Amino acid sequence: MAIDKQELKNVIVKPIFDNNPIALQVLGVCSALAVTSKLETALVMCIALTLVTAFSGMLISLIRHQIPSSIRIIVQMTIIASLVIVVDQLLKAYAFETAKQMSVFVGLIITNCIVMGRAEAYAMKNGPVMSFFDGIGNGLGYSAILICVAVTRELLGSGSILGFTILTPIKDGGWYQTNGLLLLPPSAFFIIGLLIWALRTWKPEQVEEKS
Amino acid sequence: MSVKNNMSVKNNLSANEANSEKETIEQPTNTDSFMRTVIVAVVLCLVCSIIVSSAAVLLKEKQVSNASLDKKKNVLVAANLLKAGSDVTNTDIETAFANIEQKFVDLSTGRFVEVDNPAGFNQRKAAKASETSIAIENDPAGIGRRSKIASVYLVTSGNKVDKIILPIHGKGLFSTLYGFIALEADKQTIVGLKFYEQGETPGLGGEVENPRWLALWKGKKLLNNNGQLALKLVKTIPANEFEVDALSGASMTTRGLQNMLDYWLSEQGFGLFLARLDVQKGEA
Repeated sequence: MAIDKQELKNVIVKPIFDNNPIALQVLGVCSALAVTSKLETALVMCIALTLVTAFSGMLISLIRHQIPSSIRIIVQMTIIASLVIVVDQLLKAYAFETAKQMSVFVGLIITNCIVMGRAEAYAMKNGPVMSFFDGIGNGLGYSAILICVAVTRELLGSGSILGFTILTPIKDGGWYQTNGLLLLPPSAFFIIGLLIWALRTWKPEQVEEKS
Repeated sequence: MSVKNNMSVKNNLSANEANSEKETIEQPTNTDSFMRTVIVAVVLCLVCSIIVSSAAVLLKEKQVSNASLDKKKNVLVAANLLKAGSDVTNTDIETAFANIEQKFVDLSTGRFVEVDNPAGFNQRKAAKASETSIAIENDPAGIGRRSKIASVYLVTSGNKVDKIILPIHGKGLFSTLYGFIALEADKQTIVGLKFYEQGETPGLGGEVENPRWLALWKGKKLLNNNGQLALKLVKTIPANEFEVDALSGASMTTRGLQNMLDYWLSEQGFGLFLARLDVQKGEA
């Protein structure tokens, strides 16, 4: 199996800005709202989602010729669900505090449209190695947005980054009046909206044509 | 059948990727036969279930020890024996927990009882099953049922009880808050409070986890001279040792907290146990 270097680069880099799963395809937004009030949980979510997307893509691609098309969605779901449970178990064993904060959202990776979308759109048609890197690429695209949102929310909402205080809030004896809105999930909508605006100003070809 | 399905595959795919459609054409056409479908489904389910169950079994020990360490940590934080949020190692927790004893109390009599499986005792589970719990008639804490037996923690030196740590829970605004309250051996001075599970509004009710606010509880008294529960959360500046500054912007969470304390420290909750407990001998 020959791997085209250009193709490999495309598969990894394109989803970050050109074909971002959150900003352009608008998939996986629910978890982007839920886990981004702190950077730490967002990072763990990014790693978990990237690994699940990559390995599910690879495994589905390996057996793509064996999957009967009548049950292909449920087959993909089974593989994704198994991987997610394994990730969830690993987090509970080795990152207990973070796993507790993320509660149900690790389990909800199963229904994350990005994972399903890549399995159906890419892994069913391409080789395992490329599907693996396609998963990594899309995971990175998802991570890029999540990290931007989480940094903004944690810095302006709690005055800290990764738990280290940057702007000392008034309630801890400092000067910074924390913005409570940014700790609530709806604020992520505003930030994602602003990010999409910025991205489409930079790359006008992403703007949808008016019908 | 297979042609139709392949068409729909392509329709779904064309939205995102236009490359390498040749592989779909190469796909063997017999993958859709009934037997093939059944075989693929069965094999896949077997393989996946083996992976999932082996992960669960292999990691179980580690997860259980994490959960029990976490619980011990919360007990220690409530009793001010461990700083919240600081970098504590597992050995720190185990050392600090060494002179803490877990006991079980029958809340209707206030006496210590033995349970069959102390390590596996789960008060939350017990509160759900009808044979191990009772329905609460006047239910200020909004919890419906409570376990007949509660697990309490005693900080002891020899037989003498130094501190008493009681589990409490009750409804706030959005969620049920779970926590521990620690009392001095006089059974009426608060040592500390700690919530380990809550889903209140971040920044408002969620501030029940703020260590700076929890520190205000230290030294507050429960009972007035008539022996009645006098502890109140107040919206004014606390005037005496029975008043604690409420959380601003979180009236409902505060009300829940007040009801929860009223319930658990009354005769319906730990009242009988607190009355019976002999702190000199460590008996009840």
